[in-house]
Amino acid sequence: MSAALIQQLVDGLAALMLLTSFALLAQHRMLSVLNWFAAQGVLLAVTAAVVAYGTDNNELYISAVMTFLLKGLLLPWLLWRVIRELHVHREVEPLMNTTLTMLVALGVTLFAFHIIQPIEKISQLMTRDSMAIATACVLLGMLMMITRRKAITQVVGFLAVENSLFFAAIGSTNGMPLVVEIGIAFDVLIAALIFGLFFFQIRDTFDSLEVDAMNAHLIHGDDEE
Amino acid sequence: MNMFLATLLSPLIGGILLGLIDHPRLAARINVATGVSTFVFSLLLAVQVLDVKSVDAMGGWFHLDAYNVFLVALTTFVGMTTTIFSGPYMRHELEGGRVDRLRLRLYHSMFQLFQFGMLLGFTSNNIGVLWVSLELATLATVLLVSLYRTPASIAAAWKYFILCGMGIALALFGTVLVYFTSSTVLGHGNEALTWTLLYAHAAELDPAVMSIAFCFLMVGYGTKVGLAPMHAWLPDAHGEGPTPVSAVLSGLLLNLALYALVRCKMLVDGATGTDMAGHIMMGFGLLSLAVAALSLHKQRDIKRMFSFSSIEHMGLMTFAFGIGTTLSSFAALLHMTVHSLVKSGIFFTVGHAAQAMGTQKMSEIRGLIRHHPGIGWGLLIGTAAIAGFPPFGVFTSEFLLFTAALESYPWTTLPLLLGLLVAMAGLFRFVQPMVYGEPAEHAVPVHVNMLPVYVHFALALALGLAIPDFLAGWYEQAAALIVTGAHAGGGA
Repeated sequence: MSAALIQQLVDGLAALMLLTSFALLAQHRMLSVLNWFAAQGVLLAVTAAVVAYGTDNNELYISAVMTFLLKGLLLPWLLWRVIRELHVHREVEPLMNTTLTMLVALGVTLFAFHIIQPIEKISQLMTRDSMAIATACVLLGMLMMITRRKAITQVVGFLAVENSLFFAAIGSTNGMPLVVEIGIAFDVLIAALIFGLFFFQIRDTFDSLEVDAMNAHLIHGDDEE
Repeated sequence: MNMFLATLLSPLIGGILLGLIDHPRLAARINVATGVSTFVFSLLLAVQVLDVKSVDAMGGWFHLDAYNVFLVALTTFVGMTTTIFSGPYMRHELEGGRVDRLRLRLYHSMFQLFQFGMLLGFTSNNIGVLWVSLELATLATVLLVSLYRTPASIAAAWKYFILCGMGIALALFGTVLVYFTSSTVLGHGNEALTWTLLYAHAAELDPAVMSIAFCFLMVGYGTKVGLAPMHAWLPDAHGEGPTPVSAVLSGLLLNLALYALVRCKMLVDGATGTDMAGHIMMGFGLLSLAVAALSLHKQRDIKRMFSFSSIEHMGLMTFAFGIGTTLSSFAALLHMTVHSLVKSGIFFTVGHAAQAMGTQKMSEIRGLIRHHPGIGWGLLIGTAAIAGFPPFGVFTSEFLLFTAALESYPWTTLPLLLGLLVAMAGLFRFVQPMVYGEPAEHAVPVHVNMLPVYVHFALALALGLAIPDFLAGWYEQAAALIVTGAHAGGGA
């Protein structure tokens, strides 16, 4: 494959990545959220594999396999188990309505392209255009975390941010060194397990997975919020 | 560097071992033994490193210099005294039914894993591994904050997890950006993330990218330092977790995050050649001081009140590192030491006080000096020390900080002084009724181990009266390293 073709492939994948981020924000059903999240994981793995092929970087193949197993299969499956056991298929009611969320998301994306401009100019890597999209995805993941009320969707937002960071690492730097990447993957795995543990503790303690119900217990009289 | 391996591995081995031991008394003893051995190893390591100034270990994966070996020794010391304190404290909690044996096992094991993460972070020569170990230390403490499984503690742990997870994700993005520019200079691979090599080539890094990276690193690690306005997790996590955890969160984990931030600042200064990073840190420092000093007055829970005092002091240190002169860095390092010692000592005392009174509400804690003279005096002395009364070390470091601020940015002394005064008023407003007056009726006798507290306060006092020569030399070395590291880019 020629370098130009790979460049176009990565750009195309970056566009799809942005699409999944928007889709995650727009979904209301738990199951669809998880499906899009899994799709994002697979997309990441494909991107890693394409960049690995384009740069002859064998370490990246390992990352690609790791990503596919962890983010494409294991994490969505764990979350799926959680929603099945805790019966939270219900619609998640966001703090903002979908239209407004989409408009804000659009603004956030433009903002990301704006702040990344000075970086794009100096990059000589073949995948430089993806940096702005990765930044946009990080911000969109955060938007998801702050507009949703359910603990599970917050976690999906958190993991989506993690995915975007990984995408930034492949897209802009052709992947971090393997040691660091394994460390990060390990941390994400542990974090996901702790999240899982928490879901059950929260449900048992509060009878609900709504974050508002939890925060009501943090009163203690000070009104810093 | 066998001492180095011993220091790093003893908490890891101890943590794994403690995960397997069910007997509470035996586990507490092994916990203490692990803490003591880690401290002894780290002390021997520090002596070795001070002789040679700086050294690489394990094929360059780890790097020890005056700056981090000093923090390693501090971490293991406070870790050791915390294990000594936590023995009787956790036994009381076990007898009171707040934890069961399984959770006690989790506590001991996670505590040592936390220590391991801390030491790994301090000694690692790799900016990526530093990030990973900070995350490891955070994850270990998340489970500790929710140890009591009360609704409030689970909510606090969740908040801690989400906010710090978010913060640390931003720090990772900053790290990716650093790698983005450093990999064009140092090539793809671990070299481009190695601190020592990064400092040597700091001037070649792209200033625009490094500036953007620093913004992400500042907000990311700043969240973990507990700087306002990203501090919302800190009072909850400190207030709801077991007291030994509050002590190490406040005394140690915040230090690691600040250490990471200062390392990043040194790098960014070298790349940009401006004071941009320092100014941002000074701004966050002053804001934290102001927010913490005012929030102190609104607290009702004793542990939450002292956690705001931690935010105040982390703000002071961030400010001092931000000024970026040798004197201010010296002051910040000294302040880091005395704050860790005094604040963990205070949390030990507060833990005993809360157990004796059966509550953490300040309005229900009364007459500690009459009822438990040891606890009462401990709390009074500790508060005087942390508020910056002479002759304690906090006074010395704050005095040096003022001198440094007066030299470089004279106008900042006014908000600094104001912030410190307001915070001091807040502390004494609450502490005085708690230590004096008639004891409350619901007070119960507790088994108290005040030895670690007095050792901490005595050390803080000694540092205030006269800093030993070897320690002063050590601080000077570290301060010089922080300042020159920032400007080495041009020369090296």
